Amino acid sequence: MTFFIQIWEILKEFYPFLLKGIGMTLLISLIGTVAGLVIGLLTGIIRTTPFSKNKLLRVIHKIVNGIIAVYIEIFRGTPMMVQAMVIFWGYAFMNDGQTLPLIPAGIFIVSINTGAYMAEIVRGGIISIDKGQFEGAYSVGMTHWQAMLYVVVPQVMRNILPSVSNEFVINIKDTSVLNVIGVAELYFMAGKIIYINLEIFQTYTIVCVLYFIMTFSVTRILRLFEKKLNGRENYTICGSQSDPAAEIHIKEEAK
Amino acid sequence: MKEIVLEHLEKSFGDHKVLLDVNLTVDKGEVISVIGSSGSGKSTMLRCINLLEEPSGGVIRYKDEDIRKLNLSKYRAEVGMVFQQFNLFDNMTALENCVKPQIKVLGRKRDEAEKIAREFIEKVGMTAFVNARPRQLSGGQKQRIAIARALSMNPEVILFDEPTSALDPEMVGEVLDVIKSLAKSGLTMIVVTHEMAFAREVSDRVIFMDGGVVLEEGTPEKLFGNPKMPRTREFLSRFLNG
Repeated sequence: MTFFIQIWEILKEFYPFLLKGIGMTLLISLIGTVAGLVIGLLTGIIRTTPFSKNKLLRVIHKIVNGIIAVYIEIFRGTPMMVQAMVIFWGYAFMNDGQTLPLIPAGIFIVSINTGAYMAEIVRGGIISIDKGQFEGAYSVGMTHWQAMLYVVVPQVMRNILPSVSNEFVINIKDTSVLNVIGVAELYFMAGKIIYINLEIFQTYTIVCVLYFIMTFSVTRILRLFEKKLNGRENYTICGSQSDPAAEIHIKEEAK
Repeated sequence: MKEIVLEHLEKSFGDHKVLLDVNLTVDKGEVISVIGSSGSGKSTMLRCINLLEEPSGGVIRYKDEDIRKLNLSKYRAEVGMVFQQFNLFDNMTALENCVKPQIKVLGRKRDEAEKIAREFIEKVGMTAFVNARPRQLSGGQKQRIAIARALSMNPEVILFDEPTSALDPEMVGEVLDVIKSLAKSGLTMIVVTHEMAFAREVSDRVIFMDGGVVLEEGTPEKLFGNPKMPRTREFLSRFLNG
């Protein structure tokens, strides 16, 4: 019973800390995921674009592809916690001890880390689109970019949404490592609370539940969004072949 | 007037030579059927004309100009293509499939593009389905929308790459009927097909391809009625005798 009372006391006393932590965690992971997705889209489109016939452009394209490959390997192959330290203190090292502002630094680190994963997710998404979609677009005169923009990317977005929401959930949890550079996200706030009340188990139990609530809500919301993107379920099935007047319209009831 | 001219067209995929030396002249308004067995290079030739495949040798001329010197986007807008697998944009409705390319490629205003698209969708008898998504349509319906999409660009030429080969027998007729009606409209058409009766009925000229060359060509009466080459006779007899 004392446990619950202690929990209640912590909530009552430290809720501004916790709320601030939640806010920061959501802010960084949301922006990080979106920015990561943008990085993923750009790199994915660049890497799946056929090489130009122009020699110079082809060389540049190959170099850019090489840089992207290195970026992906490095950021997927090292822990984000270490990346945070290297980037944050590396910047300070090169600027006479002046450090990056914390929140932008946190967002930057999460973004480029997520970007490395998104790059592969998007590339997979683009590759999985039927070649015929491109050819259909080319055949009416669309350029590769137009085909990407109006035909392929919208389909890719829908297909990769489950992976993107997965990345978002991972980011909500993994922003906790940013405490090593002092970003005031939820895990960091827990440390601050413990510093005052010394109730380690109780405080982390609260934080644990809070993380779960965040990830669970985000998953549910994105699942709804996915359903919406997949279109209505009660679409008309078109039966007959030749005579539109003789069509059999079967309206499925919305579930 | 010459619309499309192929001179010594060659295409290989690695070591595999698909087109050896294809020569063909297509006049404006002419309807040409291309027949031949699988692997004879019919589709590859068509895809080269649209530059979906880069020719390995030879020249393709459109209105007397080397197509590789033309603006690719503009050229493709004038030389439309209809595919065996339809290739409708899965993320758009039937109407949008016909509207979007007009806006993005031809720079037409939405109102104008929609008007034109609806006109052609009506022409292929698909007005009831303007708001359907490709996944809701049958093969024949998809192909008719694909034809409407090509027509919406107001092309000079349409290339048909086995437009009925992926369809159930029941749906072949509806698509062929649409193509037949186009043949009378003065559009230049090159149709790769296995539908011999159709080829005989609509074409001004029939091309028989074999082993990467045009082996024989002539009016439908001549080519079907009195083929000169033994290989042509063999191919046709297999079709006619089932």
